[in-house]
Amino acid sequence: METEPGSIHETTEFRNLEEWSSLIALMIIAMVDEKYDVILSGDDIRNSNTIQEIYTIVHSKVNQ
Amino acid sequence: MADFSISNVAVKGMTACVPKDHVVNTQASVAGLDTSEMLKVVAMTGIDKHHLSPPHICTSDLCFEAAEKLIDKLNWSKEDIEIVIFVSQTPDYILPMTSAILQQRLGLSTRCVAFDMSIGCSGFVYGMSVIAAMMSASKIKKGLLLVGDTITKLISKQDRSTFPLFGDAGTATALAYDEAAHEMDFSLSTDGSGHRAIIVHDGGQRSPFTEQSLLPQSFEGGIERSQQQLYLNGMDVFNFSISKAPASFQQMMSFKNKTIDAFDYFVFHQANKLMNETIRKKLKIEPTKYLYSLQKYGNTSSATIPLTLVSELQEELSHRQLSLGLCGFGVGLSWGSMTLTTDHIVTLPVIEL
Repeated sequence: METEPGSIHETTEFRNLEEWSSLIALMIIAMVDEKYDVILSGDDIRNSNTIQEIYTIVHSKVNQ
Repeated sequence: MADFSISNVAVKGMTACVPKDHVVNTQASVAGLDTSEMLKVVAMTGIDKHHLSPPHICTSDLCFEAAEKLIDKLNWSKEDIEIVIFVSQTPDYILPMTSAILQQRLGLSTRCVAFDMSIGCSGFVYGMSVIAAMMSASKIKKGLLLVGDTITKLISKQDRSTFPLFGDAGTATALAYDEAAHEMDFSLSTDGSGHRAIIVHDGGQRSPFTEQSLLPQSFEGGIERSQQQLYLNGMDVFNFSISKAPASFQQMMSFKNKTIDAFDYFVFHQANKLMNETIRKKLKIEPTKYLYSLQKYGNTSSATIPLTLVSELQEELSHRQLSLGLCGFGVGLSWGSMTLTTDHIVTLPVIEL
């Protein structure tokens, strides 16, 4: 079953989404790098559970 | 900063050989990957098929075949070849060095320098820097750089994080002392703090091979692999590659005051499409100048750069002068960029063994 785009919120635990896989993690690293010029580390992804946590890491690295 | 240029050495020819046995990813059965997931893997990695060596074909066999055909096409006399370097992480034996076996098998003179270099994805760039530097300093007239890997022998078929990605290949590059040669420029780097990101753990002396080494261990996502098989930390390697590869290429260009416009083509280590495209966009390289052989051969470790040159540029390499920007990055962690100007070199279509 596909996740509806509107059903993803900042508190969503992305690992529990049906589509989540290590490939999606790489796509997120690539997208964040392209849009924000920020490199997320493997640990940044591994230590995060929600979309808010990823946002906070990207935000802190943008402002560095 | 390991940035330097080497003069008076030119590439005269290049060939590549792959095993004829191959696997089409969408037809492969890999644990934990159903058909729809495999289609996603193929879409993201850009790897449609990969060639796998059967048990009786080693890296040295692929390099031997590439070298024999190249020497023949060049019409070189074998006694003039005074240096052969074998770059690989899949040698015939732990010892002796495979380069000595190849010296004998190729029928080269015993008055020949031969040694191995254990480097993977950055191996072609590192190997070129070593053979070119030795030939430039010694004025040795002719040399062979044999680069390749049969990494698939180290991969678990039950490991979806590696099996769809890797293939086998061996290549041969012929070099000659030539005072008219264009300079080769290099920028080489290493960060051993990442040595566990890509590793075959057991079988060396730090962690010797035991019965335990053969036992498959289970990991997330249905992955099964033993300690004598290849482990790859996809996320760590991904963000290493998208930051270090573009920076390395920029560094190499800036120390020679070059820009992206100075190159006819770019051939970077073929890792996967998502990673390679991210690197391409960061360097603002036009898609038509950035070559891929990934779809046909996958990631062939040290062989990707010469294999892609031969597979994608064979006609142009033999018919005109080309200014090439090359970059390898991976296991070590190790990375490096180089410029190579070729002028009507001898090539053959990719050989299948």
